Amino acid sequence: MASGRRWRGPLSVAAVAALALSMAACGGSKSNTSTTSGNPDDGSQLTMWVRSATDQFSQRLVDAYNKSHKNKVALTIIPNDNYLTKVGAAAGSKSLPDILASDVVYTPNYTKQGLFKDITSDVKALPYFSNIAQSHITVASYQDKIYAVPHKLDSSVFFYNKDLFKKAGLDPEKPPANFADILDYARKITALGNGITGFDLAGSCGGCGVYTLFPYAWADGREILSDGGKKVDINNDSFKAIFKLYKQLSDEKLVDSSDKAQDGATWPANFLAGKVGMLPLGSPIVGDLLKQTKFQWGVTALMSPDGSKTSTFIGGDVAGISATSKHPAQAWDFLKWTLDENAQVEIIAKNGDLPGRTDLTGNKYTAADPRTKLIADGLKNGHTPFALPFGDLFNNPNGPWVATIRAALYGPDIDKALADGQAKIQAGLDAAN
Amino acid sequence: MSLTTTRAGAGTPTDAAVAQRRKRAAARRPLTGLLFVAPTAAIVAGLFLVPLAILVYMSFTDWPLLANPTPNGVDNYKNLADDSQFIGAITFTLLYTAIITVVLYLVAFVMVAIANSPRRGSRFYRTAFFLPYVIGTAAASTMWWVDSNDSLGVFNKALKSAGLIDHPVGFLDTPNKALFTVISLVVWKFVGFQMIVLLVGVQSIPGELYEAARVDGATTFQQLRYITIPGLRPTLALLTVLSVTGSLLAFDQFYVLTHGGPDNSTMTVVLALYNKAFQSFRLGEAAAEAVVLLVALILLNVIQMRLLRSREK
Repeated sequence: MASGRRWRGPLSVAAVAALALSMAACGGSKSNTSTTSGNPDDGSQLTMWVRSATDQFSQRLVDAYNKSHKNKVALTIIPNDNYLTKVGAAAGSKSLPDILASDVVYTPNYTKQGLFKDITSDVKALPYFSNIAQSHITVASYQDKIYAVPHKLDSSVFFYNKDLFKKAGLDPEKPPANFADILDYARKITALGNGITGFDLAGSCGGCGVYTLFPYAWADGREILSDGGKKVDINNDSFKAIFKLYKQLSDEKLVDSSDKAQDGATWPANFLAGKVGMLPLGSPIVGDLLKQTKFQWGVTALMSPDGSKTSTFIGGDVAGISATSKHPAQAWDFLKWTLDENAQVEIIAKNGDLPGRTDLTGNKYTAADPRTKLIADGLKNGHTPFALPFGDLFNNPNGPWVATIRAALYGPDIDKALADGQAKIQAGLDAAN
Repeated sequence: MSLTTTRAGAGTPTDAAVAQRRKRAAARRPLTGLLFVAPTAAIVAGLFLVPLAILVYMSFTDWPLLANPTPNGVDNYKNLADDSQFIGAITFTLLYTAIITVVLYLVAFVMVAIANSPRRGSRFYRTAFFLPYVIGTAAASTMWWVDSNDSLGVFNKALKSAGLIDHPVGFLDTPNKALFTVISLVVWKFVGFQMIVLLVGVQSIPGELYEAARVDGATTFQQLRYITIPGLRPTLALLTVLSVTGSLLAFDQFYVLTHGGPDNSTMTVVLALYNKAFQSFRLGEAAAEAVVLLVALILLNVIQMRLLRSREK
């Protein structure tokens, strides 16, 4: 008897677990999963993971949702570098959170591995479906199914410090128009001395390179990643011109001395402190720039070397419901709420961030400031690169793209660096596809 | 080897009853002994042997994160031979182990000389040298990362205000500088432990030996060569095993401080393994690397133990 009773506990737990698993599995296979007949705002406890790059942004959304709903979302912020690891380990042990955000460039990995629940019908049922940022929907789709929606939309642009422009005798209303201007202005601003540099670059950061270097080449008409992420093209004249400029900026010490070891962690700090003249980065620092009163700043689009065209990297994060979530309906309630006009305008746009819907780019906050308007308008020329092993090849600090950047900037031969990088990245794409 | 002598007493019974009782006790002993070790055995099996078996199985499969693994024979091991990052990591790890073992000894000996002197304040030095050891490696590495930064760090500021440099050094900019920075961190953090162990060893050598040597007219060097070093032999053996094994498994300091850079020049075997598993998600190949590392460590420790034993004789 006793032994029988002892075993019943674990068995019934196992039975419940098996039942839950089979239900989750059923849920995964049906297309219409999340919406149930009842009210999804039933006081459920939801968990959500985001990377540290979006911490305050996500926190604002979660706080506002928790305040106005019975459901409560508990947000966990994970350091950027550890995100893949943490998600990988959690996926292996089936302990993913209900809502999982992901850097757009990693998303193809997750959709392919089945980490997200299929939410195609829910997303398509939204009245503003056609206005949701298509760049994000594309990376969140796999084999014609949608697995996530935009969480944060950001876009890379070229910032400059108007005060330093004035001091260096430049017109603060005339940002650089091409690569020759950038070099010329950088020299003039660096000449001010006092630890001020004309430019700042991150020589050990693959993600930074993708975010701010790819748009120069896109603007110059290069596709970079094509054929569904199976082909790469970095061994071309556009990238030669880009690295020639950056190498010159580094060689002439027109950048902060930390450039070689800069892994991105403290990259914007010098510009935000008013010590850097020009910095290519993205909309995520606009919030900080709007808050500071030390200096006047301006913004322009990232341009092709000759300045004839512009482009941008549309980055950011998507959020989806994990395949193992026990509260898909409630999780969808949260995701849907973040896409509503109120959250998009009154929380996201109000803080200087970009709305994730094209029909809202003209909202009162974004349109009020010509700088945020310029960033929002630039989205139409933007790209989001797609490749299955993107993180491994481009973001990985030990990967081939970082090696290419470093060889081109600090090695003797740009042509050879690009040829080597092209071969290694293509080999990585071949191995993964 | 020495087990044969422990039960020698049982062979010479003085009284039949006693012998009988002993025999019964001896027969019961294995079972009782097994019961005593059972909890530990269960823990070892559950937390070490089973995961180890899974790891070995993993190394013979293509193991994705979510889908089912498919066995692929020895492909993972074959791929290792062509993996330049893994081969480079092995070379670097051996180099790092050699450097760090020697440097740690040199610095520790100097510190022992200071901390062992009868002068006032030697207790203070002992504590001061040991303190960094109580900081976690990851925390210490983060400290070093901030401190070696060009604009935030205290190292550059100190050197600048001392008038030694005009421009920031860029402590992590080149492979050699990055290696130097890591070594300085490891020495700062671990030398205190090395010193304490050596100090205990030195103080356990009887003072009379030195007195006798001095009476016989031995020089300081002779005292070191014929009394101190032979007396420290077991201590040195222990420290060498710890230092070599620890260095071969080095991870935290490189992961936090250099990410294996610049240009993958400071990539250790464990870091390469970690990257393969959690950056590239090639779990099968990472498991194969882990198995190779495990075998290498076992071999190395067997060799070290052998050398240690023959020295004792």
